[in-house]
Amino acid sequence: MTQRQVLQAFEQYQRSRTQFVQTVAELATRPQNIETLQHAGVVSLLRPLLLDGVPTIQQTAALALGRLANHSDDLAEAVVKGGILPQLVYSLAEQNRFYKKAAAFVLRAVAKHSPELAQAVVDCGALDALVLCLEEFDPGVKEAAAWALGYIARHNAELSLSVVEAGAVPLLVLCVQEPEIAVRRIAASSLSDISKHSPELAQTVVDTGAIAYLAQMILNPDAKLKRQVFSALSQISKHSVDLAEMVVEAEVFPAALACLKDPDEYVRKNVATLMREIAKHTPELSQMVVNCGGVAAVIDYLGDSRANVRLPGIMMLGYVAAHRENLAMAVIVSRGVSQLAICLVEEPEDHIKAATVWAFGQIGRHTPEHARAVASANVLPKLLDLYMDPGSSEDLQAKSKRALKGILQKCTHLPALEPLLCDAPSNILKHVACQFSKILPHDSQARRLFVTSGGLKKVQEIEAEAGSALQEHINSINNCFPAEIVRRLRARSDGVSAAVSVLQRHTAAWHHPLQLLHASDLRGCLQRLRLFHGPLVVGRSPDTLFIYIYIYSIYQTPLSSSRATYDQ
Amino acid sequence: MAQLVNLLSRIERVREEYFVRIRIAEENRALEHAAAVKIQSWFRGCQTRAYLRYLNKKATLMQKIWRGFSARRIFRKMLEAAFFTRKMNLCNQMAVRIQKTWRGYYVRQYVHNYYARKIYLEGLTRKNEEVRKTLEEFAEFQRRMREQERTEREEREKCILAQKMHFLLSTKQCPGVYNSPFRDSPGEMELRMRSAKPPLAKSPSRHKDRIGKKMESPTEAGSATHLPPIRTKKPQGPFRQPLEVWQQRYRPLEPTLRVATSITALEEAREELRREEWRGRVVDHPFHPFSNTSRQSEKYEPLIHASAPFEQVAYGTKHFREEKKEILQEKEPFKTVFTSCQVFDKFGRLYSNAGKIV
Repeated sequence: MTQRQVLQAFEQYQRSRTQFVQTVAELATRPQNIETLQHAGVVSLLRPLLLDGVPTIQQTAALALGRLANHSDDLAEAVVKGGILPQLVYSLAEQNRFYKKAAAFVLRAVAKHSPELAQAVVDCGALDALVLCLEEFDPGVKEAAAWALGYIARHNAELSLSVVEAGAVPLLVLCVQEPEIAVRRIAASSLSDISKHSPELAQTVVDTGAIAYLAQMILNPDAKLKRQVFSALSQISKHSVDLAEMVVEAEVFPAALACLKDPDEYVRKNVATLMREIAKHTPELSQMVVNCGGVAAVIDYLGDSRANVRLPGIMMLGYVAAHRENLAMAVIVSRGVSQLAICLVEEPEDHIKAATVWAFGQIGRHTPEHARAVASANVLPKLLDLYMDPGSSEDLQAKSKRALKGILQKCTHLPALEPLLCDAPSNILKHVACQFSKILPHDSQARRLFVTSGGLKKVQEIEAEAGSALQEHINSINNCFPAEIVRRLRARSDGVSAAVSVLQRHTAAWHHPLQLLHASDLRGCLQRLRLFHGPLVVGRSPDTLFIYIYIYSIYQTPLSSSRATYDQ
Repeated sequence: MAQLVNLLSRIERVREEYFVRIRIAEENRALEHAAAVKIQSWFRGCQTRAYLRYLNKKATLMQKIWRGFSARRIFRKMLEAAFFTRKMNLCNQMAVRIQKTWRGYYVRQYVHNYYARKIYLEGLTRKNEEVRKTLEEFAEFQRRMREQERTEREEREKCILAQKMHFLLSTKQCPGVYNSPFRDSPGEMELRMRSAKPPLAKSPSRHKDRIGKKMESPTEAGSATHLPPIRTKKPQGPFRQPLEVWQQRYRPLEPTLRVATSITALEEAREELRREEWRGRVVDHPFHPFSNTSRQSEKYEPLIHASAPFEQVAYGTKHFREEKKEILQEKEPFKTVFTSCQVFDKFGRLYSNAGKIV
């Protein structure tokens, strides 16, 4: 009887310990309980239970600790300060697989918060133990260990380097080849975290032959695995041309394009990121992406996606177009400009707009042909709005300005330039006027259109400082037209806001047919109108005659009556 | 003589005249001298002037010739230079023309070939269309596959539901819930239930498996459901914890080493060893020591002074066991198998029906 009583006490003790850890583990799943648990000093109570003789209690205690540390970095710090990590690391090498899994969970939860905490995990020698766990047979343990290693390597290059030095990479590459999807997924994610910091680390990952295994999994049906695979490939290829070429040589390409149609948006985003990272290095790599139809696929993908998912696609188009003019032409031919214009309208966020604007600048800056393609998509007024909008971020404004400048310096598509004459500030107007002053002296058709559309009048309204570049451009524009017209326009431009409506009415009503008339017709027309007789009409070019008629129509005054003022 | 007298008579007069003439000469001397000087000075002046004029004329001539010479030389040089410049300009113009033509040709042919570029862009457009179409088809295919999978899954779920609710099937006497007598045809669920079979009663083995799993991995990361439920209220009475009862009830078979070992284990092990040896052998011919000596068949004769009466028994006839069995008859045989000590093996893990720890 006494023996039974004695044993009963022990039994009761064990039972209540079990109950305690289980309750704590259960409570730790809810975030609202965490604070209460913390105040109750749960970490110091769980610590001795990690050394308990009963495996279930140990495991449950580790699980509870992991959940607590997962929740906030304060608790994770408390776990570190409580000196629990060395115990965990020690038992990570000793205990059974369930305990290993729970311990790796705690390490992961601690390491995920900040570089300092991850460093603390590294300092207590967790890496070697975790690497040993990667060699474990059980997939759950492998997964937990790979996960913890990934979280440690995620923070910075030093931590990542220490993970690599612990020899984790070959084992992670082995994990990538496991049959279990979960293990593969976590291993790919860890490889991605390791290789993202520096070219050397990425090279280490590549040296173990990871690319071939990663490339095999591109067409795997599991979306989450694909996400990690593409993320790893893009992190590897982002560093240098060599690495990008190695990724390309693994024959990623036509297959990866298929994933741009994946229902999972992160898969699509990561594929686009991979393409961006590859295309940004050299013109040759961009050419390769273009030749396999990547640009068309990305443009379709931009149509399918929304918001942040679009960003890498937009940047990829920009990078491709930046390299060479024929690559930029390829983007235009693949209907990239209209798609980007849609993005510019649809996306509310500034950074995406900035990327889009940058891409436009890269596409349009090569030749007049490119600039024309961009300008005829009616993008320039939007760029100007973004530049002028006080609500735009500084970056967006700077990018808009650069893009506008680059495009305007090449643009010869005058109908697109004319709206900018009205509302552009002087630093943009300078480029617009420069383009006009270059084109108008050589193109009579453009001169006519310039007057009929009211451009010349707008030019007269511009207030430029004497001697500035803008003034010079305006002067050279004015020199293309007869002096009296310019004078007249300048004289009237002050008080003739009312004439603007007349102008528009007449432009619509009777000017456009006149453009098609020949010189003789014009002369006859003038004489019928009894506007001009004799020397003023005879020997003038059709342009000039046409302009006379135009001026008449604007101001509704017979020019013959005020001919004296012209002759002055 | 008369002449002489004539002369002498005139001498006086001559003397006189002589003196007169001398006086006159003396009187005119200064005047004449001055005149002579004047004449001479004029003459010399004329002469010198003529000479100077002559010199000047010669100097002018010389200067004229020299200047003409040097000016012609300079002019010739200038002309040459002008000619050269003109020639150079022409050459430059022609060079520009040639270079311009060549560069235009070269660029059009090799650098920026308009037709090649056009063909490339057309090819690219075609390729883009192709890629777009392929991707569209692929996406459509994937979508269809997903759709199919989803319908299959729903079908399976419905089947399971039908199995579970099989008891609601209508009988001959009484229509079921899904078979409304007011409808002319039974509902979909009814039809499904007709074709489904009721689920089998849960076999204990499956239950055991589940429990076993539960017991095995109570600490799966992130799986709070795997923990046994925490009871808030203890049942009345001196009951053991359900966990403990489960453990006891479904504890796995723990055979002793003797039971766990096969009866033919020794033979198997020997066989395995032999096979291993056969497999791992490098040379097929067995090794015979001294196989090539000539005196192979001869018996070994020991030296006389090294010989002893205690000869070694021939190889292969040596025995390590006791040969005299009668000595061993009183001894107990050596025990090769021990029973395990139950108390230590199962302490704390089992309890008897009487509630006693075994």
